[in-house]
Amino acid sequence: MTKEKVMSWLQKNTMVLILVLMVLFFAWQTDGKILMPQNITNLIAQNAYVFILATGMLLCILTGGNIDLSVGSVVCFTGAIGALLMASGMNMWLAVGAMLLIGLAIGAFQAYWIAYVRVPPFITTLAGMLIFRGLSNVVLNGRTQSVSDQAFKDIFGGGATCYIPDIFGGEGINVLCVLVGVVACALYLALTFRSRWNRQKKGYAVESLAAVIGRSVVIVAAIMFFSVKLAQYKGIPSALLWVALVICVYAYITSKTTIGRHLYAVGGNEKATKLSGIDTKKVYFLAYTNMGFLAALAGVLTIARMASAQPTYGDSYEMDAIGACFIGGASAYGGVGTVPGVIIGAVLMGIINLGMSIMGIDQNFQKVVKGGVLLAAVIFDVISKRNESR
Amino acid sequence: MSENILEMRNITKLFPGVRALDDVNLQVKKGSIHALVGENGAGKSTLMNVLSGIYPYGTYTGDIIYDGEVCKFSKITDSESKGIVIIHQELALIPYMTIGENMFLGNERGKAFSIDWDTTYAEADKYLKIIGLQESSRTLVKDIGVGKQQLVEIAKALAKNARLLILDEPTSSLNESDSKALLDLLLQFKREGMTCIIISHKLNEVAYVADDITVIRDGKTIETLHQGVDDISEDRIIRGMVGREIADRFPKRPDVVIGDVCMEVKNWTVHHPIYREKKVVDDVSFYVRKGEVVGISGLMGAGRTELAMSLFGHSYGSGISGTLTLGGKEVVLKNEKDAIRHGLAYVTEDRKGNGLILSNPIRVNTTLANLEGVSHNTVVDTDKEYAVSDDYRQKLHTKCTGVEQTIGNLSGGNQQKVLLAKWMFTNPDVLILDEPTRGIDVGAKYEIYCIINQLVAEGKSVIMISSELPEILGMSDRIYVMNNGQIVGEFGKEEASQESIMACILKSAAK
Repeated sequence: MTKEKVMSWLQKNTMVLILVLMVLFFAWQTDGKILMPQNITNLIAQNAYVFILATGMLLCILTGGNIDLSVGSVVCFTGAIGALLMASGMNMWLAVGAMLLIGLAIGAFQAYWIAYVRVPPFITTLAGMLIFRGLSNVVLNGRTQSVSDQAFKDIFGGGATCYIPDIFGGEGINVLCVLVGVVACALYLALTFRSRWNRQKKGYAVESLAAVIGRSVVIVAAIMFFSVKLAQYKGIPSALLWVALVICVYAYITSKTTIGRHLYAVGGNEKATKLSGIDTKKVYFLAYTNMGFLAALAGVLTIARMASAQPTYGDSYEMDAIGACFIGGASAYGGVGTVPGVIIGAVLMGIINLGMSIMGIDQNFQKVVKGGVLLAAVIFDVISKRNESR
Repeated sequence: MSENILEMRNITKLFPGVRALDDVNLQVKKGSIHALVGENGAGKSTLMNVLSGIYPYGTYTGDIIYDGEVCKFSKITDSESKGIVIIHQELALIPYMTIGENMFLGNERGKAFSIDWDTTYAEADKYLKIIGLQESSRTLVKDIGVGKQQLVEIAKALAKNARLLILDEPTSSLNESDSKALLDLLLQFKREGMTCIIISHKLNEVAYVADDITVIRDGKTIETLHQGVDDISEDRIIRGMVGREIADRFPKRPDVVIGDVCMEVKNWTVHHPIYREKKVVDDVSFYVRKGEVVGISGLMGAGRTELAMSLFGHSYGSGISGTLTLGGKEVVLKNEKDAIRHGLAYVTEDRKGNGLILSNPIRVNTTLANLEGVSHNTVVDTDKEYAVSDDYRQKLHTKCTGVEQTIGNLSGGNQQKVLLAKWMFTNPDVLILDEPTRGIDVGAKYEIYCIINQLVAEGKSVIMISSELPEILGMSDRIYVMNNGQIVGEFGKEEASQESIMACILKSAAK
């Protein structure tokens, strides 16, 4: 019995454990360099697009293991449009609005074929990948378009000043950043214990106190670790704001709303879902339309960070997003996966990249390792499923 | 006089929780046509799967003696190499390949890396001639009719040098003249020394071709009748097929006042979703009263599930016509959601495939069809959801560790209860239960029957589709019998019996 409990706990938290082990490994190999404040900040700033794209990709994968190959090209295309609009003197907010609308339209275009005409997602988005890569080249004339709007770069995470200013004016440490961390922890603890208390009051079964406290300690520790590290450098990178917003909104949608439930249901058993009176086509449509929207948001962050748009941007971003989902426990058959899980997957990939870069390992070898980790994660998923069904 | 080519001795095959075959004995004489008859689920197909090696040696007990030696087939090619070839009920031909390619699929002529197409087609044409088909073997299978496809299956079996041919319901999808042609072909093979085992529900055909008839019921061989020795009239065979007593397996229904008609279907016709010219449900009319349990009996493939699903928001079929009246108003249900809104519920026969999300907990499955019932402004109230599903768990006595348990880990009977809870939570007026007790044990069946009684006591109506005659007879206030997409009989509670329903089905099949 206790052995089974340990096993099931291990199975549920494998990726968290692997993440911790990876961090320890790289900390050892790089003499702690990977834990330096600047590297932690880079980890978030460099991978902002992965977090956002992976969240959108999760919704597509939930519908039945379907992926969207076009996101890299859509990032590039919306970025190119945005850079050109701003260069032509358009107000930055209008330009961002236009980019998001275009992303939404592209998403809806692909989603229509996938959901209502039943063109397989793989084919539709492969076509989209080619179309929008080509169009990016066309609108940019094959050239680089620089982005010079300083406010835009500050707000969406580009350049040296893209951090939220410390209103308390701390010396050497960003007080605001620490404070935000503390507030986030308090909020998390309050929500967790309030819902537990509510359920207990109504007489429902609740998790054991030890489990809840254990998890809370880990999460509070993680949040505080990040906020202190960030505070030691320049504070909260503005890109983190957008990432955090996306993560919170989508974590809520997937876990608490009916549309979230529909996404899981379609992936779990599409026929049963349809017979339960749920419009499964609409579910597909929403998942892929949303992917276009989030790809556009990633496009905004990308051109801000790079301070330019180039026809090669966003290349193989889709693979980073897909990889993060599967490493983060999303099932290749659909119906299983969570936003927090995907975030862990994305962080894991980011840590591997960062750690190996600091160690000075060749780029190409990094790809080999990432590929190996992805394969291992999916093999693990398939095997644990098979054991379950026995 | 003639010796036995095949003898199956004391065959017992267990599935989890079910004794599919129980000490079955079968003797087949060389050069004869032997028929296997029995109800759905009696074990006929299982027996043939044991014989052909689909269920390999070791998964069953007992001996198979073929041609004087004990056989231990571990896969289907083992039995085929001995000349035992099975033709399944569903055609196993690939539509976009030619007749010749299909015939030698897995049995290709020539070398492994260079198929000899000339030999292939020459041999194919030779076999086609034997079975009397005019087509060229280079015709694509999709371009010939179902009857000819069935003949191609036989030619394919001949190409494997079949000496014992097993046909599982070969005429179920054929019309009168095609069936006759096929049966005559079997008789011709018999004269040439081939042995055949034929599984069929069409007793007139059985009487026409068979030398011996073995009746299987509940996984046991009941009797073997011999042409020219025993009485092989349809009534005699039916008696053998059903001859069991209905014990006290059904709970007493409390006095339920049967009210007015609450659902009426008129001239309902449904076409196959892919073969759009084929009628799956053909001009069906029936009605259901408030507080009534209406049984729909029939063999598999009679069109009952298709009827139910097409009524439930057109979730099956194409070119649907006819009228549906619910609560006195004629309604057109565009989709499943519409159907639920109008108070209809369809509890599927395939709870794993079409009913439940096996990887999700009981709680999520219970509310899936009525998520609005536990949410405010599209935000799901998990606490309320918990309360609702826990309430049903207690009411229906679902055995589980709690409503957070993954449903895939429950037994069939408890899964069925959750499925029922899911549809009860949509608060329907009419529940269509499709095979509500399939694959669950006797105790769980009794509990399901109790739930049905409770539903009608609350003033709801139940349409129960079932292939089990005792269940139909034990539970229904009124019974419709379906065959070939049509309603071929209607019985009141008093006039219905196993014999009368079976006779009704089989006589309509003979037409």
